[in-house]
Amino acid sequence: MSADGTALVQVRGLTKSYRRGGQRVPVLSDINLDIRRGDFLALMGPSGSGKSTLLNMIAGIDKPDAGQVLVDGVDIARLSESELAAWRAAHVGFIFQFYNLMPVLTAVENVELPLALTSLPRRERRARAETALRLVGLEDRMTHLPSELSGGQQQRVAIARAIVTDPTLLVADEPTGDLDRAAAEEILGLLERLNTELGKTIVMVTHDKRAADRAHAIMYLEKGELSTAEDVAERSVRASRHA
Amino acid sequence: MTSFLKLALRNGMRHKLRTGLTVLGLVVAILSFGLLQSIVDAWYAGADRAAANRLVTRNAISLVFPMPINYREKIRAVEGVRSVAVANWFGGVYRDTSMANFFPRFAVDAEQYFAMYPEYVLNEDEFRAFLRDRKGAVIGRKLALQHGFRIGDTIPIQGDIFPGNWEFTVRAIYDGAEPNTDTSLMFFHFDYLNETLKQRVPGRADKVGVFVVAIEDVGRAAEIARAIDEQFKNSAAETLTETEKAFQIGFAKQTEAIVIAVRFVSYVVIAIILAVMANTMAMTARERMTEYATLKALGFPPAFIAALILGESLAIAVIGAAIGIGLTFPVGYWFAAKMGTLFPVFGISPQTVGLQAVCALVVGIAAALLPMRRAARVNIVEGLRFVG
Ligand SMILES: Nc1ncnc2c1ncn2[C@@H]1O[C@H](COP(=O)(O)OP(=O)(O)OP(=O)(O)O)[C@@H](O)[C@H]1O
Ligand SMILES: [Mg+2]
Repeated sequence: MSADGTALVQVRGLTKSYRRGGQRVPVLSDINLDIRRGDFLALMGPSGSGKSTLLNMIAGIDKPDAGQVLVDGVDIARLSESELAAWRAAHVGFIFQFYNLMPVLTAVENVELPLALTSLPRRERRARAETALRLVGLEDRMTHLPSELSGGQQQRVAIARAIVTDPTLLVADEPTGDLDRAAAEEILGLLERLNTELGKTIVMVTHDKRAADRAHAIMYLEKGELSTAEDVAERSVRASRHA
Repeated sequence: MTSFLKLALRNGMRHKLRTGLTVLGLVVAILSFGLLQSIVDAWYAGADRAAANRLVTRNAISLVFPMPINYREKIRAVEGVRSVAVANWFGGVYRDTSMANFFPRFAVDAEQYFAMYPEYVLNEDEFRAFLRDRKGAVIGRKLALQHGFRIGDTIPIQGDIFPGNWEFTVRAIYDGAEPNTDTSLMFFHFDYLNETLKQRVPGRADKVGVFVVAIEDVGRAAEIARAIDEQFKNSAAETLTETEKAFQIGFAKQTEAIVIAVRFVSYVVIAIILAVMANTMAMTARERMTEYATLKALGFPPAFIAALILGESLAIAVIGAAIGIGLTFPVGYWFAAKMGTLFPVFGISPQTVGLQAVCALVVGIAAALLPMRRAARVNIVEGLRFVG
């Protein structure tokens, strides 16, 4: 596979623009980015800078106008809709700002949902869903509906759903954006653990500097350009430590 | 599959009031449709009961114009004719003009007429008593039960087509040989009518509305009918002879505009519920776009999402249809009973039930089509954006 030095995710010359009222609005132009296996990357930048757009293309739910997105050697920009759907089911775990759980399904049923696309037997699916819920500390909330859970708990269910298929890549778009400080800390701690203990590769979009600081690396997106901004990141890390 | 069922069924239960009202609408629509179809069926039921070996001769211009009584002998003389009987519509009013008190009355050549209609089963003694009584009447079992008429009772009728007060004595009660035999009719002697007319309004005597003609060979019906009509070509009252079935259909057709309207309305009802249901499904699907986008992001194919909506729509349609069809029977028979003998052989046919089921199915599928398409094609990124 691509273990020896090659990055898990290789973004090359990625360009994307949207059409609005007959006008082309460029969002991303010629973006290059490498994400190594086991990385925890935070993506920051002002609102409207294209963070979500970039993340969506890495996760295979949006397509670039030009350029490549290689994940584990597969150029996902070239896959057909149905191939891409199957690829996502197998390789990507999604964590959304508003959790996006199915309101009619219980916690354990929500976590089990992505496994419906696998050939695993029913019992095995349920067992895996329960394991994932235990991992996020919700073993006593298995049969609760999302409406019966707090925001932080719902996001933990969503994280359990994201990891239940053992994906290659976890993508999180402002996972703490809708949570208070304490709940946000819990979620970030959980993501950190998934990264360090289970070796999950995580890409997280966030507005929150403190959230970004939990990641290994921070990248800034501004005016369609990506800057590694390691100095900026370094400075901020130091600043927060001395605070 | 289990996730699919859970999602589809629980989604259906999400807005209990909305789902409940939609089901209620379907129940009313399917029930109305079934009733209207059954009414149309009942209207045409006479034609189904008609025998192939009976012809009906009437005035070629219209049923309302009579023919001279002496046609009876001329028709009987036609080759292939076995017997002829007068069957005059009498009209009249029993008690009042309400539907509940309406029943058809015919003045007939009793001996010949009942010999042609083996489906009217008579007790021999009673029938003989009827033949002896000039003012006697034969009534059907359903009619007898409905009004509590018994042998020996007098039935007073206020004449309209044939003015004056008329009184008949029940001498015989007939049963139907088949379940669909009409036993809501009353018959009496044509001679009694004719002789009374000779005294009261001589100008109206010796005139006949309809001759029923029994023939030897069913295969020659058309030929014999032509031969009969040929007899009266270029006379003052030309005739039109056709099979009893054709005659019955023609009779029902006089009201065809109404029947067509009733049929049309029954489909309009279905179209309305389709619009209501389509609106419900569209609303439902629009509200859940974020969920559908999420499912697609997780890797579920568009067909899964389309099936979710179709499943929900079909579930509502099936429940509505089941209740609606179930209610058609009690409501239908209650309605037919209220209508008295207007629908002598009201019944809900398997075809009607089948049509109800098909309509519900069509509604369930058609209502889901557009929402299915839209949801299955939802752009993931735009669908997810919906939340914020
Ligand atoms: N479907 C679309 N049609 C038109 N313009 C779009 C569409 N999606 C995104 N954009 C535009 O692309 C730009 C980048 O959007 P994106 O959502 O990636 O920004 P973001 O960095 O995630 O912002 P935020 O921090 O507010 O979430 C914005 O200017 C947005 O208006
Ligand atoms: Mg965003």
